[in-house]
Amino acid sequence: MKKGVMRPGHVQIRVLDMGEAIEHYTGLMGLIQTDRDDQGRVYLKAWSEVDKFSVVLREADEPGCDFMGFKVVDEEVLVQLEKDLVDYGVDVEQVPAEELKDCGRRVRFTVPSGHAFELYADKLYTGKWGLSSVNPEAWPRGLRGMKAVRFDHCLFYGPELAATYDVFVNVLGFDLVEQVLDPEGTRVAQFLTVSMKEHDVAFIHHEEKGKFHHVSFHLETWEDVLRAADLITMTDTSIDIGPTRHGLTHGKTIYFFDPSGNRNEVFCGGDYFYPDHKPVTWKTEELGKAIFYHDRALNERFMTVLT
Amino acid sequence: MAGFQVSNRTTGDRFTCQEGQSVLKAMEQRGLKCVPVGCRGGGCGFCKIQVLEGHFECGKMSRRHAPPEAVEKGEVLACRIYPLTDLIIECMPLPERTLAKQTTKLLR
Repeated sequence: MKKGVMRPGHVQIRVLDMGEAIEHYTGLMGLIQTDRDDQGRVYLKAWSEVDKFSVVLREADEPGCDFMGFKVVDEEVLVQLEKDLVDYGVDVEQVPAEELKDCGRRVRFTVPSGHAFELYADKLYTGKWGLSSVNPEAWPRGLRGMKAVRFDHCLFYGPELAATYDVFVNVLGFDLVEQVLDPEGTRVAQFLTVSMKEHDVAFIHHEEKGKFHHVSFHLETWEDVLRAADLITMTDTSIDIGPTRHGLTHGKTIYFFDPSGNRNEVFCGGDYFYPDHKPVTWKTEELGKAIFYHDRALNERFMTVLT
Repeated sequence: MAGFQVSNRTTGDRFTCQEGQSVLKAMEQRGLKCVPVGCRGGGCGFCKIQVLEGHFECGKMSRRHAPPEAVEKGEVLACRIYPLTDLIIECMPLPERTLAKQTTKLLR
């Protein structure tokens, strides 16, 4: 957080059918619908999040991710980072306050991998869902499905990882936590953080720009991940892989797809990061183990199915 | 027997698809792998096939992988088509998959 970027704040996801998507993200994943706007976009949050929304669903004829937004500490930081981006040669676009309901102005830019990101400082503080901020209970009752705790990170596929790294690390103050290097020493995967989490955003090399691999939500325990797996079967939801453990980050995980084919993850555990930690390196020769620690083999679908 | 017969001319596989069931789901239930399985949600384009004969209904598919002009020619995603008659299908060479092979350096 050394330059004032605080945390992942939101992600806008394109879906083919809004009704099916709402049932998936609320009924199965346990997000809470908080609003809907006059464009028909639906706003959702996970229960432990303090702001009004973290996931925005937009109906479109092609699934994928429109943008991911990071919350910065305050307006002063937003002004500074906007200037830093422009000085670095990044084109920025102004998105006015209230374009997303109850969200302040956003500064949008596209990184060399082809993905759009946003910075913003203000969003309506609604507090944790179902809990008081005074003498709060352990968790709210009335949650559905997997009871996702928070929107955690996204993984994107695209080219130009080195130039993308420069924007995130040199301009926005992210740290490199883990990487995958090919035999020539070229970085083909980068896991970046602004926090103690092992990743707030990650990129894997891919020739085509702007592809979306997954959006991830945090669960508390391995038991919760297994229960998520049960729910995926009970609802006949499309499974990708898991439950298993990653080598990268060491998180315990399961992957599945929303009804429009966007990949979702719920996970628990994983490593932590302090700014004095040096990056962890995986080599492509051991990529199977890096991605799936138990199988130690890649699954083509995980590497190539994208929206 | 209820359902419709789906024949894959590329691989020679045949399987039964129940009314209201997607071609991909019917294939997976039989344990066959004659069409590549991706997201199963009409989003990724992995299971693109060509329907050579027969009629079917379509669910929602990504316009990028199944644009209307392709759908008209029977180029559809197996996870989002529901047979109305017996079908003869053929696997499609996928540009996306060729591209994916370059993805990775990673995979080699």
